[in-house]
Amino acid sequence: MTDAETALLLARIQFAFTISFHFIFPAFSIGLASYLAVLEALWLKTGKDLYLNLFRYWLKIFAIAFAMGVVSGIVMTYQFGTNWSVFSDRAGPIIGPLMAYEVLTAFFLEAGFLGVMLFGLERVGKKLHFVATCMVAVGTAISAFWILSVNSWMHTPVGWALNDKNQFVPAAPWIEIIFNPSFPFRLVHTVIAAYLTTALVVGGVGAWHLLKRRDTPEVRKMFSMAMWMAALVAPLQIVVGDLHGLNTLEHQPAKVMAMEGHYESHPNGAPLALFGIPDDDEEHLKYALEIPNLSSLILKHDANAPLAGLKTIPKDERPPAEIVFWSFRVMVGLGLLMLGLGLWSLLARLRKRLYDWTWLHRAALLMGPSGFVAVIAGWITTEVGRQPWVIYGLLRTADARAPIDAPAVAMSLLVFVIVYFVVFGIGVWYILRLMGEPPHAGETAPAHAPIRTAGITPSRSISRRGADPRPDRTEEAGE
Amino acid sequence: MSLDLTIVWALLLAFFVAMYVVMDGFDLGIGILFPRLPVGKERDMAMNSIAPVWDGNETWLILGGNALIAAFPVAYAIILPALYAPVIAMLLGLIFRGVAFEFRWRDPGHRRWWDAGFFLGSLTATFAQGITLGALLQGITVEGRAYGGGWWDWLSPFSLLVGASLAVGYSLLGACWLIWKTEGDLNARARRYARILLPALLVAIGLVSLATPFLEAKYHERWFVWPGLLLAVPMPLIVALVAYGGWRSLAGKRDFAPFFWVLGLFGLSLVGLAVSIWPDVIPGRLSIWDAASPRSSQLFMLVGSAVLVPLILAYTAWSYWVFRGKVGEESYH
Repeated sequence: MTDAETALLLARIQFAFTISFHFIFPAFSIGLASYLAVLEALWLKTGKDLYLNLFRYWLKIFAIAFAMGVVSGIVMTYQFGTNWSVFSDRAGPIIGPLMAYEVLTAFFLEAGFLGVMLFGLERVGKKLHFVATCMVAVGTAISAFWILSVNSWMHTPVGWALNDKNQFVPAAPWIEIIFNPSFPFRLVHTVIAAYLTTALVVGGVGAWHLLKRRDTPEVRKMFSMAMWMAALVAPLQIVVGDLHGLNTLEHQPAKVMAMEGHYESHPNGAPLALFGIPDDDEEHLKYALEIPNLSSLILKHDANAPLAGLKTIPKDERPPAEIVFWSFRVMVGLGLLMLGLGLWSLLARLRKRLYDWTWLHRAALLMGPSGFVAVIAGWITTEVGRQPWVIYGLLRTADARAPIDAPAVAMSLLVFVIVYFVVFGIGVWYILRLMGEPPHAGETAPAHAPIRTAGITPSRSISRRGADPRPDRTEEAGE
Repeated sequence: MSLDLTIVWALLLAFFVAMYVVMDGFDLGIGILFPRLPVGKERDMAMNSIAPVWDGNETWLILGGNALIAAFPVAYAIILPALYAPVIAMLLGLIFRGVAFEFRWRDPGHRRWWDAGFFLGSLTATFAQGITLGALLQGITVEGRAYGGGWWDWLSPFSLLVGASLAVGYSLLGACWLIWKTEGDLNARARRYARILLPALLVAIGLVSLATPFLEAKYHERWFVWPGLLLAVPMPLIVALVAYGGWRSLAGKRDFAPFFWVLGLFGLSLVGLAVSIWPDVIPGRLSIWDAASPRSSQLFMLVGSAVLVPLILAYTAWSYWVFRGKVGEESYH
């Protein structure tokens, strides 16, 4: 491997690592922000403390997840320049404005109202506070809109021209660039994924406390809400995912070939591989367990429709099926399990056993983190699947790299890995610790603490089990 | 003649950077002062005085980065690889600083660790930002449309001087913020620090100002050849007057005053900087017109900025208004 190839590989690993870590937090906070808005709306409408308790319980968790999303997100903003400077130079005139719109319409909105959402309830009153919560929730969704538009343009670039500096410059109305062909599908699929991920986490936490026989009204309510969400959204997601897949087949057929493990072309209907080990060198799916014609039926809605294989694509333009084949199956497999969980919860409701069906609770607990795995697997599928291009068909990943030596990239990668695992590992542990306590009546809130605070009252019941939860947050009390 | 959008974008970018420096400057400054504050309610009050607003303040840094790639993509593509190590260090510093706001309350048993992370993260980020500025001023190697130097080029006595100067400047802003937002012991303590930091900042501004004209012939020309002299002569005087105003205000009763005097010093420094480098986006290497995005990109963003930036300023101001007044001590039973 030459020095440049090593540096490229390291830069790619660094990007994959930092974005995967980052993506975990927004995947959770997009859904959670909306859930918080719903909880607060229900509280305002019904006046029931139950909803306020749930709101405050999840708000503490949201604050930690959001902070981690913010700080890991700034890394992404600058990494385009540090490690992918040729890409930044050449694509900047198109993706730059879209990302600037993300900051202007989303990041400021979230950040501007987050302080009020976390600590301002007693300062601004219920209604204005609800507005702030909604602004944060809307901000997270707007953020997804713009960044996925950028990402989609890199998959399905339209409306560009090359200028004399070899830059891709806008050559069509911006609305066409923003709503590029893969964007609507990717946006809906990703945002639904975020909602589903959050629902599974909420459901998992509810299930945990039900299993521990702490079925307070709050626990029951959140478990029920989460299971409704899973039952309604999981099937929808499968439909949307199918549509997204068809869109991909139209614009990035090589990606779908890799997802399916099709090296050979199938003129009379392609099989669906349930299992197999793709070998890109031998161009063969080993140990394949296939259902004849099913792939054509799914992708073309015709069992005998022809489907081309990877061998029709020049070797240096193929994505690595070895990764994409399996990441795709992990995502789909988990999606089907989520559907199963949703249906099971409906059955449990019918039989009035939602809160005492131990096996359902065990399943929901096990599925708690599955959204994150599915989201990352899906992301790997779409991003690895468009290789070797960073802008599909226009700019190769290998040509987009910054002139940084391998040792420098190796060094930064090493530091990112250490810092992310330590800092975000601890943050996730704090979140899990909060989740380990059930939401209860009189849930403490940020606003309970001193007039203005960022962090939230450290609940005594967490650090000292059984003690009264007191909203004190002075150093003396803590130590 | 149509409006030169490139100039508009250069001014907007300067505005975004200035907003970041001012707003995150005092947050980072409090982080740098943090170890000097007694453990207990003083640290908590200092933290609480910025907790509701730090996230919004930091967003100006993201806007600055995104405006740079959008309006001057090639400059972004050259500067960031040139400053690889400081930029990565800054990002890591901001990670520790950012999570400390939440984590220190979550885990009283390890609060000292997160306080240390808050301090070191703030200091690292500040120092790295100063080094970035210093390295830009001393000149970076450009080859074609890419960075052409080595990965330690940014390190020089001058860049270290600017890094240290920025740490002094942010600390002073932080101290003045604490004077404004707190009372009692912490207020008195912040005043003591400000009395040390203000003269230190003057020295730092003096050193950087004296060194800069000798980095590049162009800067020298700007300041020491007519009509530059017109600015070079009164500038030190104006700085001295503002500093004197700030010094007097430290003994005064109006707690908000020192903060605004120090903002004046930052404003003058930025004006001086602009005089040195205008009209370059990479000083001495690349002008704003060489690096500019096509007009369609500039125009699209300008429409959005014209509507959204005033809106952002309005709701940011509202958020500060909600949390106005002194951080209450009484609430800490």
